[in-house]
Amino acid sequence: MALRITLGILLTLVLCAGIGFPLSQNPQHWYELPVIPGLEEKARLIFFHVPTAWLSVIAFLTGMVFSVRYLRRRDPMDDLRSSAAAGLGFMFCILATLTGAIWAKFNWGSFWNWDPRETSIFVLLLIYGAYFSLRSAIENQEKRSTLSAVYSILAAITVPFFIFILPRITSGLHPGSKGDPDGAGPVVQFQMSPNMRVIFFTSLFAFTLLFIWMFQLRVRAGKLEMDRDPQQAS
Amino acid sequence: MRSGDTRRWLRSVAGIFLKDLRSELRTRYAVSALVMFVVTTIAIIMFSLGQEAAPAEVLSGMLWVVIFFGAMSGLSRTFVMEEERGTAMTLQLLTPPSAVYFGKLLFNIVLVVALNVFTVLLYLFLINGFVIRSADVFVLTIVFGSLGFASAATVIAAIIARANTKGTLYPVLSFPILLPLLITVIDATKSATEGVPLAEAGGVFQFLISYIVVLTTLSYLLFEYIWKD
Repeated sequence: MALRITLGILLTLVLCAGIGFPLSQNPQHWYELPVIPGLEEKARLIFFHVPTAWLSVIAFLTGMVFSVRYLRRRDPMDDLRSSAAAGLGFMFCILATLTGAIWAKFNWGSFWNWDPRETSIFVLLLIYGAYFSLRSAIENQEKRSTLSAVYSILAAITVPFFIFILPRITSGLHPGSKGDPDGAGPVVQFQMSPNMRVIFFTSLFAFTLLFIWMFQLRVRAGKLEMDRDPQQAS
Repeated sequence: MRSGDTRRWLRSVAGIFLKDLRSELRTRYAVSALVMFVVTTIAIIMFSLGQEAAPAEVLSGMLWVVIFFGAMSGLSRTFVMEEERGTAMTLQLLTPPSAVYFGKLLFNIVLVVALNVFTVLLYLFLINGFVIRSADVFVLTIVFGSLGFASAATVIAAIIARANTKGTLYPVLSFPILLPLLITVIDATKSATEGVPLAEAGGVFQFLISYIVVLTTLSYLLFEYIWKD
């Protein structure tokens, strides 16, 4: 209950502040956001796009951790948790891709141009897609759990190659790529004013809470389904 | 592990490798399918190019498209065969999983190296405008690319064989795992056509070696879960 109330309050604040706060050339008040040259109003996306991308990675890692636990303890609940995390990650991954693509259309002129970060989110989408097609292809429940756990661990190993290595060896447009004067790295270095920073980190935190809440809901629903019909539950 | 165990393990690896090689040489199932696949694909590329001279970047990308789908049509064979013939159970009883994995990996390495040498030779002969200016970079790219393909594709093949999907899912599951490798080797092939010296392209090979080591180690650790019922 406390989780839901905190989540509601934080997300409302982030939505109001992120969308409603006016931009100004030289900010005087705490509620005025600075104008970033070249981005202007489009800079607001950072409060929503980055948390969704962050969650798609967090969900992926959560899924992997539960996969490892499944292989060690063979508890069907761990498989349920792993697939619940993957399902949420898939959703947030689609959201991050779409918001990013729309933003790219207005900022870089086209919806998609194979920037290294676009490539890595595309691969994450593919991994999720492959994971779910593998799951739907196997009838036997135990086999399905084991094989999909193995696959999610295998796929997780290639993620560092994308997030840490590829953006550095190929140049791109996304902030934080090679050629960006602020330096290339896994974590994008933004030049944010203090109030933007507060909104940004509150948003990250609120979205993480959102993930935890949705994750618990899905696991509970999945458990009910499993109790009702142990063979059918995925 | 005592030295007697090690010797026995190495004998199992060699035994599985030789068994697969012998059965391949008798039926020539994978080899003939792969050769026909590569010939067909290169013919399609030549028809679609016509008399146009495509730039070297496009041609080095196309080479790896041929290799990727060629590998995808042949590399799952070793594991699917065991399931089809019903011999997987016997192997499970007789040999440790790691020996099975490394035996199959060796066989796939041989298969993929043979496939790539054939593809590259055919490609160099037939496609106009695909000229290699730094041969050392190109040869190393093909060698490490083949090793990387084999190391990633073998473990996915084991999953596929277990899932009884007979290869429809194989490229789908392999592509995200192989993509870091593909991007790098396509880039390296492009540098080879531009004549970049070996010293400058060195970083690519560090990347490829780390990829191969990571994937092989992880496959070795995970294989037991895939293989054992």
